[in-house]
Amino acid sequence: MEYFIQQLINGLTLGGIYALIALGYTMVYGIIQLINFAHGEFFAAGGYMGVILLSFLSANGYLATNPWLCLSGSIILAMIYCSLLATGVEKIAYKPLRKSSRLSVLLSALGMSIFIQNGLMLTQGVYDKPYPSIFSGGGFDFGNIKISYMQIVILLITILLLVFLNILVFKTRIGKAMRATAQDKTMSSLVGIKSDRVISITFIIGASLAAAAGIMVGMYYGSVGYNMGFVPGIKAFAAAVLGGIGNITGAMIGGLLIGIIEIFGAGYISSEYKDVFAFIILIGVLYFMPTGIMGENVDDTRV
Amino acid sequence: MKKPILELKNVTSGYNEIQVLKDISIEVFEGEIVTLIGGNGAGKTTTLMTISNIVPATSGEILYYGKPIHKKPADVLPGIGLCQVPEGRRIFPRLSVENNLEMGAFLRKDHKKIAEDIEYIYQLFPILKERKKQPGGALSGGEQQMLAIGRAIMGRPKLLLLDEPSLGLAPLITLKIFEIIEEINKKGTTVLLRLCNGNGKNYRQRYR
Amino acid sequence: MIQEFKSKGKNYLIGLIWFFLLLWPLLGIHSDGTLSFAKAFYVWFYIFCASIIVVTVYIIHKKGLTLPLVKPLASATNKIYGYAASMPKPVLFIIIGVIAFLFPFFTERYAQDTAINVLIYICLGLGLNIVVGMAGLLDLGYIAFYGVGAYTYALLNTLYGLSFWLSLPIVAIFAGIAGCIVGYPTLRMRGDYLAIVTLGFGEIIRIIFNNWMQLTNGPNGILGIKPPAALIPSFANGFSFEYLYLKKLHYLYYAALLLAVFTIIVVSRLSASRIGRAWEAIREDETVAEMTGINTFSLKLLAYATGAVLGGIAGAFFAARMRFVSPESFTFIESAMVLSMVVLGGMGSIPGIILGVIALIALPEVFREFELYRMLAFGASMTLMMLFRPKGLIPSKRMGVRSEEKEE
Repeated sequence: MEYFIQQLINGLTLGGIYALIALGYTMVYGIIQLINFAHGEFFAAGGYMGVILLSFLSANGYLATNPWLCLSGSIILAMIYCSLLATGVEKIAYKPLRKSSRLSVLLSALGMSIFIQNGLMLTQGVYDKPYPSIFSGGGFDFGNIKISYMQIVILLITILLLVFLNILVFKTRIGKAMRATAQDKTMSSLVGIKSDRVISITFIIGASLAAAAGIMVGMYYGSVGYNMGFVPGIKAFAAAVLGGIGNITGAMIGGLLIGIIEIFGAGYISSEYKDVFAFIILIGVLYFMPTGIMGENVDDTRV
Repeated sequence: MKKPILELKNVTSGYNEIQVLKDISIEVFEGEIVTLIGGNGAGKTTTLMTISNIVPATSGEILYYGKPIHKKPADVLPGIGLCQVPEGRRIFPRLSVENNLEMGAFLRKDHKKIAEDIEYIYQLFPILKERKKQPGGALSGGEQQMLAIGRAIMGRPKLLLLDEPSLGLAPLITLKIFEIIEEINKKGTTVLLRLCNGNGKNYRQRYR
Repeated sequence: MIQEFKSKGKNYLIGLIWFFLLLWPLLGIHSDGTLSFAKAFYVWFYIFCASIIVVTVYIIHKKGLTLPLVKPLASATNKIYGYAASMPKPVLFIIIGVIAFLFPFFTERYAQDTAINVLIYICLGLGLNIVVGMAGLLDLGYIAFYGVGAYTYALLNTLYGLSFWLSLPIVAIFAGIAGCIVGYPTLRMRGDYLAIVTLGFGEIIRIIFNNWMQLTNGPNGILGIKPPAALIPSFANGFSFEYLYLKKLHYLYYAALLLAVFTIIVVSRLSASRIGRAWEAIREDETVAEMTGINTFSLKLLAYATGAVLGGIAGAFFAARMRFVSPESFTFIESAMVLSMVVLGGMGSIPGIILGVIALIALPEVFREFELYRMLAFGASMTLMMLFRPKGLIPSKRMGVRSEEKEE
C-alpha cells in the first residue's frame, strides 16, 4: 500500500509535467488543427535555458543565497525565451502555410523540430548537461513514503500554472477570443478578432508552459539532453489525445493519467517497457473512443 | 443628395480561379433597408463576403462613408460599425449564449453599455435570456438565428449585413425576425439584406 | 530593387534581430558564470551574410534580372525533357537500365556504397508512397516495417541458417502481418490521429527490438548475418551448383538494383490497376469512395500490408548488406527521412520519389565535410520545401485536393 501511494505521488509529479506539455499541443491543435511537432523542442529549449541560466547563477553564487528568486527568475526567462522561439517558428514555418494542405504544415513542423533539435545539439553539445542542485536531498517522510522538496516544488508550480491557464482561457477576453477563433475562424474575424494575433498568443502560451515543464524535468532527472523533447513530446501528445484533442481540461487529466500509468507500469510490470505503456494506452483509447475520454461533447471545456 | 453609406464600384471578386462577381456596383444610403435578391449562384453571399473582405475583391472599390475599405482586413470592420450575420448563422457552438453575445462586442471597450446592450438583446429575444448559460450549439435553428442577429447588434453596427436571416425557419419566427430588423433599422442601423425568395416586403432593391 | 528591399527589409531585419536574441543565450551565457558576445555574434554574422546573399539573389531573380542567365538554361532543360518525352518509353527505360547496369564498372567503392543506399531507400520510399501517396494515409512509423524485415531475415539467417532469397517470402509474410497488425486498429482513425498512432507503433516496435534481449540481443544488435548468395554453376567435379556469397560490393549493387526494379514494377503496376484507382479514390474522398462501392476498410488494410511488405523486403536487404542489425537504425528520424523523400519528390509520382531519394541520400554525401550540419540543413530544407514547393520536385499528375482541405 505504501509502495502504491509512493508510486501515485511520483506519477502525479510526472503527470503534471506531461499535462503542461500536453496543453501546448492541445491548444495549438484546437486552434489551427496542427500537430505541432516542434512543441517537444520548445520543451527541450526550456530545459536548456534552465540549465544555462541556473549554472550561470550558481557560478556567480546567487543560487546558494537566493534559490527561490533564481529559480522563479530562470523559469520566467526560459518561458520568455521559448515564447520568442515559438513565435519565430510560427511566423516562419506555419503562418505562410495557413491555407495549404495539412500534410505540408505537418512536414514543415517536422522540419522545424529537426532543425531546433540539431541547433540545440550544435550549440550545447551532444552530451547531457547536468542541472545544478537547488534543493539538496531533503524531503518529508511518512513512514516509507517519501516526498522530496523537489516534488513538492514541481507539483506547486504545475498547479499554479494550470490554475493560471484556466483563468486565462475561460475568464479573460483573450481566452474567449481564443476559443472563438478555434471554433470558427471566419466568424471570429467578422466580429473583429485578429486571428493571427490569437494564434501567436496560443503558441506563446503553449511554449511557455512547455518551457516551465522543461526546467522541471531537468530538475527532476538532474540533466537535460538535446533529444529530450521527442519522447516526452509524443507522450504528451498521447495525453492530449487521451483527453480529447482540443480539450483543455482533457489535456490536464490525460497528462496526469499518462504519468500515473507510466510510473505504475514501470513499477509493477516492467521498467524497460515504460515508454510503451503510454503508446498502448493511446492506441487503445483511440480504438475504442476515437474522441478521447472526455468525448467530443458540446461543452465549455474545449478550446 | 445624400452620400451613400456603402458604395461598391465595379467590384470583381471570386475564389481562386472562379470569378463570381463581375463589375457589380451597389449604393446603400443611410437608414435604408436594401435587399439583394437573385437566383442560386448569383453571387449574393459572395457580395456580402466581399464587403466584409473575407473574400478579397480583385478589382474595383468598396467605399464605406466615402472611405475605401476593400484593403482593410476583415477584423477591423466591426470596429467601424460594419457587422455581418453570415450565411448559416455560424454561432460559436461551444461558447455560452452570453459569451457569444459578448464576442459580438469584442472591439468595444464601454463595458457598461455592453451590459445594457445584452439586456436589450434579451428584451428582443427573451428565449436567449432563458438559455444564456447554455452552449450556442445546443440551441435550435431559430434560436441560433436570433443569437446570430443579437451578436451582430452587439457590435452597434451602423451598417448590418444580413445573409438570409429567414433560411430554414418557421414562418412565425421569420416574421418576428423581420419585425426586429425593422426595429433596429428605426433605431438608426442601415441594413443590407440578402434574400433568396422575395418574401421580404417592398424594400429598396438594387442588384447588378 | 531598392523598393523591394524596403518593403521586405523591415520584416527581414526583425527576423535577424529575433534570431540573434534566440542564438545569444545558447552561445553567450556560460556555466562558469561569464557572459560573452563574440562567438554568438560571429555565428550570427555568418548567417547574416549568407541570408543577405540569398535574399539578394532571390530579389534579383524576381525582378527578372537573371533572365538572360536562366533562359538558355531553361530552354536547354526543356529541350532535354522534350527529347526524353518524344523517345518511346522502352528506349528510355533501356537507356536508364544500361546506365544503371554499367554504373559499377566506372565507379569507386564509395560511390557504389552510396548507390546501394539510394536503391534501398527507393524501395522504402516507393513502399511508403503506396500508403501515403496513393491511399492518403499518413504513416509516421513506416520504418518499423523496415525493422521487422531486417530482424526477420537476421533471425532466420542466424538461427536457422536460411539463405537470403529463401527468406524473402517469409520476410514478406511477416512484414505484411506486421502491417495488418498496425493497420487494423488504426484504420478507424482520422488523418492526424492516424499519424500519431503510427508513430506510436513505430516506437513500440523499436522499443521491443531494444528490450527483448533473448531474441534480438537488445541494443547490441545481431551480428554475423550472411549476405545474399547466388547459385553459380560449377564444372569442377562434374556439374554442380556452388554458393557464391555476394560479399563484393558490386554484386550487392546488382542485388539491390534487382530489388529496386522489382519494387518499381510492382508499384507502377499497382498504380495503374483497379486497386490503385480505388486507393486514389479513398485518398480524394473516403466517404464518396465507400458509397461508390469500394470496400475502404480492406483496401486501406491492403495498402498498409503492401507498403509493409515492400519496406520489409528492403529491410531484409539492409540487414544482409550491413551483416548487422541494431534498433538504432529504426528510429523515428528514419521514418521522417523516408517520408520527406516521398514528399520532396512529389507524392504519388515514381520518378519524383527516385529524385527525392537521390536528393536526400546522394547530395549529403557530396557535402561530406559538413556532416555535422547535415540534420540541421535537412530540417531547414524540409520547412523551406514546404514553403516554396509543397507539391514536390515532380508532382504527380493524378493528385487532387483533399476534401477537408478545401474548406475555408
